[in-house]
Amino acid sequence: MEAATTTGKMTRRERTVRFFRTALRNRWLYAMSLPFVVWVFVFSYLPLWGWTMAFQRYRPGRPFSEQEWVGLDHFRALFQDALFYQVLRNTLAMSMMGLVAGFVVPIFFALMLNEVRQMLYKRFVQTVSYLPHFVSWVVVAGIVTKMLSTDGGAVNGLLLWLGVIDEPIQFMAKGKLFWFIVTLADVWKETGWNAIIYLAAIAGIGPELYEAARVDGANRIQQIWHITLPGIRTTIIILLIMSIGHLISIGFEKQFLLGNNLVREYSQVLDLYALNYGLGMGRFSFGTAINMFNSVVSILLLITANGIFKRVTRESIM
Amino acid sequence: MRRKVQSASSLSDRLFDAFVYTFVTAVLVVTLYPFLNVLAISLNDSIDTVRGGITVYPRKFTLKNYEVIFAYKHLGTGFRNSALRTLIGTALGVISASMLAYTLSRKDFQGRRFVSVFLALTMYVSGGLIPFFLLIRDLNLMNTFAVYILPGMVSAFNVFVIRSFIDGLPYALQESAKIDGANDFTIYWRIILPLTKPALATIALFVAVGQWNSWFDTYLFNSQSEHLTTLQYELMKVLQSTQSNVDYRARNMTEVMAQVSPESIKMAITMVVTLPILFVYPFLQRYFVKGMTLGAVKT
Repeated sequence: MEAATTTGKMTRRERTVRFFRTALRNRWLYAMSLPFVVWVFVFSYLPLWGWTMAFQRYRPGRPFSEQEWVGLDHFRALFQDALFYQVLRNTLAMSMMGLVAGFVVPIFFALMLNEVRQMLYKRFVQTVSYLPHFVSWVVVAGIVTKMLSTDGGAVNGLLLWLGVIDEPIQFMAKGKLFWFIVTLADVWKETGWNAIIYLAAIAGIGPELYEAARVDGANRIQQIWHITLPGIRTTIIILLIMSIGHLISIGFEKQFLLGNNLVREYSQVLDLYALNYGLGMGRFSFGTAINMFNSVVSILLLITANGIFKRVTRESIM
Repeated sequence: MRRKVQSASSLSDRLFDAFVYTFVTAVLVVTLYPFLNVLAISLNDSIDTVRGGITVYPRKFTLKNYEVIFAYKHLGTGFRNSALRTLIGTALGVISASMLAYTLSRKDFQGRRFVSVFLALTMYVSGGLIPFFLLIRDLNLMNTFAVYILPGMVSAFNVFVIRSFIDGLPYALQESAKIDGANDFTIYWRIILPLTKPALATIALFVAVGQWNSWFDTYLFNSQSEHLTTLQYELMKVLQSTQSNVDYRARNMTEVMAQVSPESIKMAITMVVTLPILFVYPFLQRYFVKGMTLGAVKT
């Protein structure tokens, strides 16, 4: 017994010695990573500490120990606020629409682009299709507003010319259209970019599969359905799961820039709601509670999605 | 029988081709038209523009709109700040991400697991806007240029993209350098950095575009300091000025520019903000296509 403890102790000491020896040998690696770890701690982890504010009646300028604790009061107030449910509805509606459109359209675009036989034209279309991704939301919002405007907007012009409508529609003033406008703006901006991954996946499918299918008499639509689509299935699933994790945190740039007071009932999302209450009215604690709700739901969604994904493919993305 | 089947399939093939080309061309037009339209209006006489009907070419060519916006002093300041934050932010972002990526790719680094998890968590959990705002305020970063650079300098996603690229390099290169007596920093500087250029170019592009395009940090942290304005923020104010949430400074600006219509001003500024990107991105295409695929597979 005694001997065993001694050896245990020795091993522990040895282990400590070895740890510091390795650390010494790793000194350059530590020097190259620890400063950034501190960085990340300050800018990504300290805000998490800020979540304590959601349980306080936070007053700026007071030390932490003198803040008044209020328990779950802010969350109770949040769940009793009728506006919260409207905002949650808007967030979920726009993120669901974005999720569906953001999947279907790029996949379809990639499939179609893959069928273009002239390489030069294909490359040109693809290069142009990335362009909106690199342009800021400020610019995109400006362009969308311009295209949908009543004086000289291309969309109204086209609809008038086609005889679909007799009078220009005030798109930006119609609350019911806001979700669709945001979704379409998103599709316009990101389709080409999101198609990159699918095109890369399609390029990885062996040409012998297509040859075999042609020998069996499959036409091109059948080839897409039976070879191309199954070939990119895994890619689709991975991306789908990842975006489910981001379902509720859709950002607010689009809504901030495209929205206006006329459509507020449909344009306000969780982050804007937090911004208005938290900074606009100085209710920091309430705003933090909204942010915290948002983050926690996101993580739960991601874990759930990852769990489903693990079941399906025995692989994990986290 | 056989011939009939073949001709039928080639007819359906041709129909299919027609559909494919129509669709792809429609995407091309829908993507390109708005930009050409904006460009045409920005180069068109502003009184003539009000008559409407400008499509993809200016009817009455003029550079007056651009002259007017370049005379506006906030635009110059904004341009300078946007360019500076893009340069500095990109340099620091690439250096920090590549250093971290290198240390994480070293299997013999004992802090590897901890650093890796510590970074990865930041991709999934965020404190949210309000705690972040208060943090920036407590760090006295409000109304400073540093707020454009510091908070977003280290990005976990970028680190992992570069790491998976380094993992693809032969480890023997590092071994032989080590035998020659190189320390870890020398290996990073002399061997890893030159070899990871494609990944670094991708990350540099992502960071640069993000920096150039951001406006919200100016709005949130620096809207009181005119000398810290950015191009995107100036554009945002002008674009929002006709809508109901008017910023009084923006209204001022539109008044200053009353010599030409606000419509033309908006389009000209949009072009100024967009053009640098238009010039850069086609040349970096082969890099970012690779980088996108890399990032998606490994994270």
